[in-house]
Order: sequence, then C-alpha cells, then structure tokens
Amino acid sequence: MVVQALRDQGVDVVFGYPGGAVLPIYDEIFQQNDIRHVLVRHEQGAVHAAEGYARSTGKPGVVIVTSGPGATNAVTGITDALMDSIPLVVLSGQVPTFMIGNDAFQEADTVGITRACTKHNWLVKDTANLSGTIHEAFHVATTGRPGPVLIDIPKDVQFASSTYTPPQKARTSHYQPPVKGDMDSIKELVEAIEKAKKPIIYTGGGVINSGPAASLLLRELVDSTNFPVTSTLMGLGAYPGTGKNWLGMLGMHGLYEANMAMHDCDLMINIGARFDDRITGLVSAFSPNSKKAHIDIDPSSVNKVIRVDIPIIGDVGHVLEDILKIWKSRGRKTDKEGLQGWWTKIEEWKKIDCLSFKQTGSVIKPQYALHRLEELTRDHDRYICTEVGQHQMWAAQYLTFNDPNRWMTSGGLGTMGYGLPASVGVQMAHPEALVINVAGEASWLMNMQEMGTAVQFRLPVKQFIMNNERLGMVRQWQELLHGERYSQSWSEALPDFVKLAEAFGCKGIKVDNPDDLDEAIKEMLAYDGPVILDCLVEKHENCFPMIPSGEPHNKMLLGDAKTKDAIGTSGAVLV
Amino acid sequence: MSALKIKKGSTKHSAYNLRPDFSDVIETHTLAVLVDNEAGVLARVIGLFSGRGYNIDSLTVAEIDHTGHTSRITIVTTGTPQVIEQIKAQLGRIVPVHEVHDLSVEGPSVERELALLKVAGLGDKRVEALRLADIFRANVVDSTLESFVFEITGTSDKIDAFAELMGPLGLIEVARTGVAALSRGQ
Repeated sequence: MVVQALRDQGVDVVFGYPGGAVLPIYDEIFQQNDIRHVLVRHEQGAVHAAEGYARSTGKPGVVIVTSGPGATNAVTGITDALMDSIPLVVLSGQVPTFMIGNDAFQEADTVGITRACTKHNWLVKDTANLSGTIHEAFHVATTGRPGPVLIDIPKDVQFASSTYTPPQKARTSHYQPPVKGDMDSIKELVEAIEKAKKPIIYTGGGVINSGPAASLLLRELVDSTNFPVTSTLMGLGAYPGTGKNWLGMLGMHGLYEANMAMHDCDLMINIGARFDDRITGLVSAFSPNSKKAHIDIDPSSVNKVIRVDIPIIGDVGHVLEDILKIWKSRGRKTDKEGLQGWWTKIEEWKKIDCLSFKQTGSVIKPQYALHRLEELTRDHDRYICTEVGQHQMWAAQYLTFNDPNRWMTSGGLGTMGYGLPASVGVQMAHPEALVINVAGEASWLMNMQEMGTAVQFRLPVKQFIMNNERLGMVRQWQELLHGERYSQSWSEALPDFVKLAEAFGCKGIKVDNPDDLDEAIKEMLAYDGPVILDCLVEKHENCFPMIPSGEPHNKMLLGDAKTKDAIGTSGAVLV
Repeated sequence: MSALKIKKGSTKHSAYNLRPDFSDVIETHTLAVLVDNEAGVLARVIGLFSGRGYNIDSLTVAEIDHTGHTSRITIVTTGTPQVIEQIKAQLGRIVPVHEVHDLSVEGPSVERELALLKVAGLGDKRVEALRLADIFRANVVDSTLESFVFEITGTSDKIDAFAELMGPLGLIEVARTGVAALSRGQ
C-alpha cells in the first residue's frame, strides 16, 4: 500500500536504509520495478540525497528509514531541509502499536523528536488511514513554503491490509496557503518601482522553490526595469550569473557591490528571502534609508527580523506576474535618470574588484582552483553541490549559476557532510549531467561512506575536495576573533584520498601544483565514474569579502594584509 | 577600504548577539487558537512557545466540537508588539491550526477563569473566609468542620484578589483553569 501511494504520487526514486520496523515496506519494494530504491550507507545520507534530488528537480524527495536509530540518524537531514524549505516526505518505521511506550527494541518517540524539525508529522495507528495520510503528506510538503514531513508507521500497521485510498479521494487538507498577493500592496510596490532612484532586488530560495516560471518572471522584471539584482546563497541561479544586472551574492561573504548597494539603496525588493542574520549583519544599521518590500509565502517571515513597509504574502511566481502586469499597464515607468546615477555608483563599487586574487608560487589558491573549475566546466550540463565552510563561500563567489535548481548547498542549517550525499541524489535525478561536489576535506569526511552508494549505483559524481588540512572557516574566525588560538581546527591523520578512492572502487586523483591543476580537472571530467579529486590548496587562505558579525553592510572587510603577514603565508592579498 | 575593525582576541563579536532594536513595550495579549483535536497538537503549540522563547502566562485547552474534533486553545502571552505578531504568524503556520484570533486587538472580549481554593481554619477565621467568599460570589463546593473548598469564577485579577485575601485565613491549596475568553457581541 505504501509503494502504491508513492507510485500514485509520481515518485520514481526513494532513498533509504532497511531495518526491522520497515521490512514489510521493503518487501513491497522488492516485488515491483516502478520505484528505484537507492541504498545509502547512513540515514543522514539518505535525507541529504533526497534533498539533492528535490532541489535539482523541484519534486519532493522521498526517504525510508527504520525505527529508532534509523529515524534519529535522519534528524540532521530533516532539520536541514526545514531550514532551507526543501520538500521531503520521510517514512519511518515504528515498533508495533501495542509496543509503543514500552521502550521496545529500536523504539524512539520519532514524532516527538521530529516535531520541531518537520513542517508536520503523523503517527499512523490505523492502516485505513495510511494511504490517505501519505497523500496528505505530499500535499503539505509541497504546498505553501515547502518543507520536510514525516510519517511514522508502526510495523503492525504496515502488515495489516485495508482499502487503498487514491490521491483523488484522500481527505483534502484545510492546509491551503494563499498564493495570490494583496493587490493594493502590489500596486503600492509598483508605484515605488516607478519612483525609485536607487532600487535593488534581493532574491532568495523562494524564487527557486516557486518553480522555473518564477525565475523567468524575475528575469523579465529585472531586465525590463534595469534594476540591479543580488541574491542570497540559496537563491543563486534564479537570475543568471552572466546577466548584465547581476551584482553577485550578498551577505557575510557576499560581493562588495551587492552589499554596498543593499546599504545605500532607496528601495529594496526582497523576493522570497528571509532577512537571515548572514544577510543583514547588524540589524539596526541594515539599509537605513530604504523603503522595503517583502514578497514571501510564509507570513511568519515578514517583519520577523526587519520591519518592512510593503509586505506581500503570496507565491513569488504569482506576485511577480501581477507586479509585471500592473507595471506594464501603467506604462512601464522607471526613473531612468535616477537609475543611471545609481548604476554609475555601482560601477564604482564594482571597480574595487573584491574577488580578485593572484595565483603566485607553487601552492594552489582555492580561488584559483574554483576559477579553473569554472572555466573548464561552464559549458557542461552542470550541477554543483557543496559542503559547508570556506569552500562553500568561494564556490558561491567564483562559480557562475545561470539557471535555477543547479546549486545545492546547505544554507540555513550549515550542515557539514551535506554535499556528497546531495550529489548522489542529484546524479540519480540527472544521470547524464555533470554533478560536482565542491568540498572541504573535513566536511567531506563527515559522510564519506556515501562514496559506496555512488559506486554501487554507478553514479559518476565528481568530488572536488579543496584540501587545506584545516577546518578553514573555524580557523579563519579563530584568527580574526580569537587571537589566533587555533583550537582543534586542523585536520590531522587525514586519509590518503587517492587510496581511499581505490578502496571504494572509484578513481582518485591528487594535485598540489597550480601547473597540474587543469590536467587534473580534465582527468576528473573525462573519467566515466565517480572521482575523488584531492586538490591541496593554500592552508591559511581567508575567505573575503567578509562582514564581521555585529557590523553593517558598509563595514566589509576586503582582506587584510597585516593579518596575512602575521601568519606568515605568502600569496597575493585581496585588494 | 575599511581596515579590520575587530580587535584580535576579541570574543565579543558573535553572530548571535545581534539584537534588533524594536519597540520594547511589553504587552499582554489573549489569543484564541482553533485547532484540529489530533494527537500532538498541544505539544506543537507549546513546543513553538518554548522553542522560540515566547512566554505563556496561561493556557487553556478543550475540545469544543466533538463531531468535528476541533479544540480551542486560549493562550495569554506577553511580549513586544513585534513578538506578538510573530507568535500569531508562527501559530498560523502549524498545519492543524485553523484560525488564530488576537482577542486583545479584535475588539472587546470577555475573559473568565475558574479557580478552586481550599481554606482550612477554625473560629473567626473560618467565619471571615465564608463572609469574604460571599462578597466575591464564590460557592462552597466542599465542606468539613475544619475546611472549605471555594469555587470562584471571574477575571484573573479577581481570583488573584480573592486568593490574596484567603492567604491569612488558612489558604492551603489552589487550582486554577487558566483563562477562557470570547469576543463580545456577534
């Protein structure tokens, strides 16, 4: 019955790990061929893989885990999906109903544990409700602000038989968040667009979640108004990175021009972002002189951190459509003179060239590694995953994203160990595409067991490990904020990644010289199968620009020569 | 460009001590939340308050529609206007929550609470307790030769006042229901 419900929901792949309390479901899976099951090596990997699948396809990811440890291992991934609004349906086994509460073997209060990290969850105690609950779960996961849901299914409920409820006849949930924005507010925003002299459009993951149409509408709005556009980490690709109005990512490690424009603007249009603390910096000094509009499907995101003047609750796609309709019907007006001055100012900021670096000497700079990766892969049908840390920020800065759903990263929760399993999920969804996981060695080791999954399922994921033998971001903060006391932030006793790759049955490549880098990347791309590329990079490189915590946008650091000298590293200094 | 503004060795700069400077006037609001009476719904509401650091001054819950299985949760909470707005939006996000009403802003409302107070004493104190109970229109619902249990209904302030008076007269135990509230008129 579970498999039939999944099939009727259009599921073609599930990620999971069997165990005692889900054996009846696995028995069903064994007896069919419509749904492929990807056997992961750890339940956290299953959830991240499903996130990668969901993020790269726009469809909900499905996970099956067993009771107790199976469910608790999935908690990190589920929380990650909640923070980044990724639709997931997690099915967990549970001990039989008559044993619940008895501290049975592999029993955990899964609905209790996951209540805080799911959008909603259910414990199904009666088989008659099972298929209907699964259909409702898909509805809740994908409607409104997407998120993970969990269905806990006791083993006796899996065994018992009952009448199947098809999706059409399932209980229609009252959960129906409105998608159309308030017209008066939209008109108010259009008037502000017409008058703005120094506007900026600040987009987030909501544009991606709203679907490809929303990205097209965003492009139309940006290009026809000639407004500058920036994006959060989660929203990269909604507006093309090669687009003429693109300012680059904003926030703590965002681009100078993007953050300065956010600070100095007179109209800020937040589309599907949530004023996260990595974006705002010091809240009281955040963009002090701007009128702020906020389009979000989740009312609790509005006025949570930043007070806005024009709140619009609705789906990004629908609201953008209405904005464009009204703006066009009123004659497509903008303050062209004001905009020209604004762009002149922005061009001045761009001249700072905050991402410039110099590759000198015989040690690979991480920026250079990503620069070469970008050059050698930009023409491919490419999907990028990352782990969490410095490499993640550099990837966001130095790689170019021209389409939505091409960038899988753990933003809100910042989960080290996300990227490798996510790349597995992305490759499952796009078997022919080039899937690269830009990783740091420490993050990568957190879920490295999933390399076995990649090999088993012949998923040619490319693991681009920028190995600085450090927890780079932790080290950077310790250098800047904790008096260079590098407490526990180095990676000692690292494995030999080439031998590790061989042990997993895939290809390993090691590169430690800038002159050999291109050849190594080409070798990685040419190999028909999973590859671990161990790219040894500068150990003490810091990630700039950086807004130090507690500072506003216009107090960015663009690299500090003194700091670098103090730690005795060679290499170019950022501007 | 700006030099490094943060001092080396300083540990004051953390991403988590950024405090927005919103209005800090603390208000008390009474919220009525209509929910599906399903397993765990109260835990979701309470978990929201504890997880996000909101206050619960009082909370009352009971099923109000036995056929439709809906419950009404009445919550008295305190916070700045910003926090109260967040609480309402966050409550509205919970899937089994149907409606959230802020009775403190949606017009006049009536609020009542029921309390049971056990008062033990002899002689003059016992007579005085009974006399005050009469003034407060509290009923005696249990009596022994040495004690009364009073039942009193009213606003929380009235019950506070009554309990305070009973203190010196031998108050030994109190049970309160928390506030139930409805808007006035139609």
